[in-house]
Amino acid sequence: MSPLDQKLLRDLWRMKTQALAIALVVATGVMLLVMMSGLVNSLEETRRAYYERYRLADVFAPVVRAPERVLDELAQIDGVSAVEGRISGRALIDVADTDLPVQARAVSLPDFGAPRLNDVYLTSGRLIDRQRTDEILLLKSFAEAHGLAPGDRLSATMHGARRSFLIVGLAQSPEFLYTTAPGELVPDDSRFGVIWMSRSAMEAAYDLDGAFNEALLSVAHPHDLPGVLAAADRLLDEYGALGAYALEDQFSNRFIMEEISGLRASAAAVPPIFLAVAAFLLNIVFSRLLQAERQQIGLIKAFGYTDAEVTWHYFKLILIITASGAALGCLSGLAAGASMVGLYIQYYKFPFLVFEIAPSSFVIAMVASISAAALGGLFALRRIFALSPAVAMRPPAPPDYSQSGRFAGVFRRLLDQPTRIVIRRLVRHPGRVLGAVAGVSAGMALSGGMLTILSGFDESIETSFSVVDRSDMLVSFIEPLSDRTIHSLRRIEGVIDVEPTRSVSVVLRNGVRSHRGGITALAPDAGLYRALDTAGGELLLPEQGIVLTPALADILDIAAGDILTVDVREGRRPLLQLPVTGIAESLLGSPAYMDLAALNRALGEPDRVSGAYLRVDPNFQEDIYTALDAMPAVAGVSVKADARAAFQEIMDEGAGSTRFVMAAIAAIIAFGIVYNTARIAYAESAHDLASLRVLGFTKGEAAFVLLGELGAVVLISLPIGALAGYGLTFAIAEGFSTDLYQIPASFSPAALGQSGLAVIAAAVFSGWMVKRDSDRADLVLALKSRE
Amino acid sequence: MARLAFRTKGLTKVYGEGETAVHALRGVDLEIPEGEFVVLLGPSGSGKSTLLNIIGGLDRASDGEAWFQDNELTAMSDRQLTRYRRDHVGFVFQFYNLMPSLTAHENVELVTEVASNPMDPDKALALVGLSERAGHFPSELSGGEQQRVAIARAVAKNPTVLFCDEPTGALDSATGRTVLGVLKDVNEKLGATVMIVTHAAATAAMADRVIHFADGAIRDTVINQTKLSPEEIHW
Repeated sequence: MSPLDQKLLRDLWRMKTQALAIALVVATGVMLLVMMSGLVNSLEETRRAYYERYRLADVFAPVVRAPERVLDELAQIDGVSAVEGRISGRALIDVADTDLPVQARAVSLPDFGAPRLNDVYLTSGRLIDRQRTDEILLLKSFAEAHGLAPGDRLSATMHGARRSFLIVGLAQSPEFLYTTAPGELVPDDSRFGVIWMSRSAMEAAYDLDGAFNEALLSVAHPHDLPGVLAAADRLLDEYGALGAYALEDQFSNRFIMEEISGLRASAAAVPPIFLAVAAFLLNIVFSRLLQAERQQIGLIKAFGYTDAEVTWHYFKLILIITASGAALGCLSGLAAGASMVGLYIQYYKFPFLVFEIAPSSFVIAMVASISAAALGGLFALRRIFALSPAVAMRPPAPPDYSQSGRFAGVFRRLLDQPTRIVIRRLVRHPGRVLGAVAGVSAGMALSGGMLTILSGFDESIETSFSVVDRSDMLVSFIEPLSDRTIHSLRRIEGVIDVEPTRSVSVVLRNGVRSHRGGITALAPDAGLYRALDTAGGELLLPEQGIVLTPALADILDIAAGDILTVDVREGRRPLLQLPVTGIAESLLGSPAYMDLAALNRALGEPDRVSGAYLRVDPNFQEDIYTALDAMPAVAGVSVKADARAAFQEIMDEGAGSTRFVMAAIAAIIAFGIVYNTARIAYAESAHDLASLRVLGFTKGEAAFVLLGELGAVVLISLPIGALAGYGLTFAIAEGFSTDLYQIPASFSPAALGQSGLAVIAAAVFSGWMVKRDSDRADLVLALKSRE
Repeated sequence: MARLAFRTKGLTKVYGEGETAVHALRGVDLEIPEGEFVVLLGPSGSGKSTLLNIIGGLDRASDGEAWFQDNELTAMSDRQLTRYRRDHVGFVFQFYNLMPSLTAHENVELVTEVASNPMDPDKALALVGLSERAGHFPSELSGGEQQRVAIARAVAKNPTVLFCDEPTGALDSATGRTVLGVLKDVNEKLGATVMIVTHAAATAAMADRVIHFADGAIRDTVINQTKLSPEEIHW
């Protein structure tokens, strides 16, 4: 082994604590990168495999009623590789643990064999016996939420008739990874069920003998999709086509895609932060090491080693630290990923999970971490080149302060010498001060931004469920009814207020852009459920035209004043041309609002309502449930408190849950930067501090010089950090917002204040730590060696 | 006989423990009368700097006693030692240890601001012949000038004792002589006890008392009957 390599190993041993700290930061970044990209990869792969194995359709085409033979015509469409016709209908399930019946969907399975498309995965029990019309399979997640198992009986209302069924098996399906009740946005296992029944039983229950009401198609190549959708719509038009839609618009799939892309965004954003911190730390540690080894470097150079050899010698140190950190990170990322898989199976309800880490993620992790570390280290190593051996072996000349101010006049009287030292150090090294201010501000901005976002999540819930929706429950009817129904609801004892609403499913079109969704129509004097304008105030819906959310206007590339094509997908399915008359804010979903009378006028169906918002006296809740249950017109009731809880759960357990991790990381980084700023200040002034102590300055007086600089940096950073935090909030809010919910970016003085306090607390603690070291410093040793 | 500035009894300093322990001082007994110019000579590691650091209040003894006038240094707390350095002791080091961010004048003021009985900083700078350079920063001064600022800073508090560890070690002989001349003046004009640690044996010729150190103990002490002036010294 060459003497230089021996020196390298001994240097490494001497700085083992720091080296370990850096290696661990690198390892954490690499671990997260490997684990998260592995998980995203695995989820993608599992989703694909699950869809493929259970033959999930590419196109869903609901109709009112179509004869079996139409399936052959659908199969003739260019690009269609398989077709399946099935019956699907609304149902209400009575479950023991709730007073209200739960909304559900009943889906047919062929009498013979497995379905060609949208197969189910039986998790327990057995398949249905086609001879027995009372046998059903129940969606596993729903069954578990209500403690139901094979062998249990369950009664359900279908098409107005109540029947009793025997659960023979529990099943999962890629079609129902996430379920949500009609008219609701937030998925919830317990509040929406799926029942599978034999085709013949479904035909009888829904009065669809020899007919189907939903066609499923699979498409050979993605580029055939637009053509297939159009052809299916044309072909099914005469059977009451409600509009064919592709898998990407299917609710469950859309939700899981959102979740995966949220995870992917975190996977892309978090690891680089760690690697940047590692680079920053390496830079600090190496700057100090090289400063301390000035004379040795000079000596090595004097022996005839070239700049390149000396640089390589020190670079190897960086390489060893980083590469071992990265290797550790790869291994622990692999282990963490493998152990997380179990959790993800549960959360995403996949029957199996393909754990697959792309080998490229190891390569990316290694290359990224080593380049980050190299960048950090090279800034320090650069100085080696500048040193001539003779200069290096002498103690460094005193830093030049001749350009800084010579205090005169009033300053001469006001400023004592330690204050002048602090001021000159700040003024003379603007680069260093700027760097420290940038670091501390960034740390504070990150914390402030994340804290604002944490309250943004609460605000999103609060706005959606307390400001926009002030009702206690939403009652939806089986079909649009006369507004007289409202009066019968009002007569129920305990109902305080009733407000009509109508929602219709539509496809909104503007040129080539389109969006599948619904229009929510509200009464002009609505108080229980209101549209809000972009400033958060109440929005009066204009007497004509449609009001969109900013997100929706963006999707459709349309502005107020433009004409929107509304393709109504129910009733007589008219095609409407409506002016966009306003923009409304919404943090949940992307609703389109209309005045109730205006919508009914446009549809040519005066005085119709499809549901009602209710405010009720909580003391009468059970009586109200009973009364609603007895009304045949009621298709379902959604209780706001349940919806709110489900929303909270989605935010806390889904991709939104990473916000807590991000907030913790932000806090750690803010502290790390402040602490390191203090450490650097101490390392650079240790010698001066020792001199002051020797001259008879007390520990406190000497610490003033050390901490004055840190204090000044923190004071400068606070307003900058607050401003930057406010700006950063918008970017973070954008990152956390999904199709389902938006996280508002707002100015939160409290969050910025808290992050400022956190920075001050970090500064006080760091100051105390370095002061302690400074107090303990060996004066003699500090003075003997110049560095 | 003059009052004693320093007195030590069995002063011992051990660094480290067990087999690797280094005995820097092995029971030193010493008496230094006030106002003397004392030179401590000896090879590296003989213990002379260690002695200076202990009686200067920078380091603590492992055993034994050290007294400054009537105060026992070895019994003082950190706070009391700081007070002692602040009020009585001036230090001059081989590498000057000036504050790079303060001008020559401000470096002197740094001390006069906190001392109990300081002299005018301008007077201290005049004493070392640097009145003209008062507004310069250390980076604008030569090595000899920096050392003279360090001396001015050390004497500006009107110290009772002035400790110099290799004050001429980093200087050429002509500059060194100037510095020694300044130290001689401080000793004679201000009456401060001056103790110099040096490798330059020739310096001994200008001292009242020369103490030879070897292996952590005093080998012998020489009282000079006739002293040379700094100008007469050559090394």
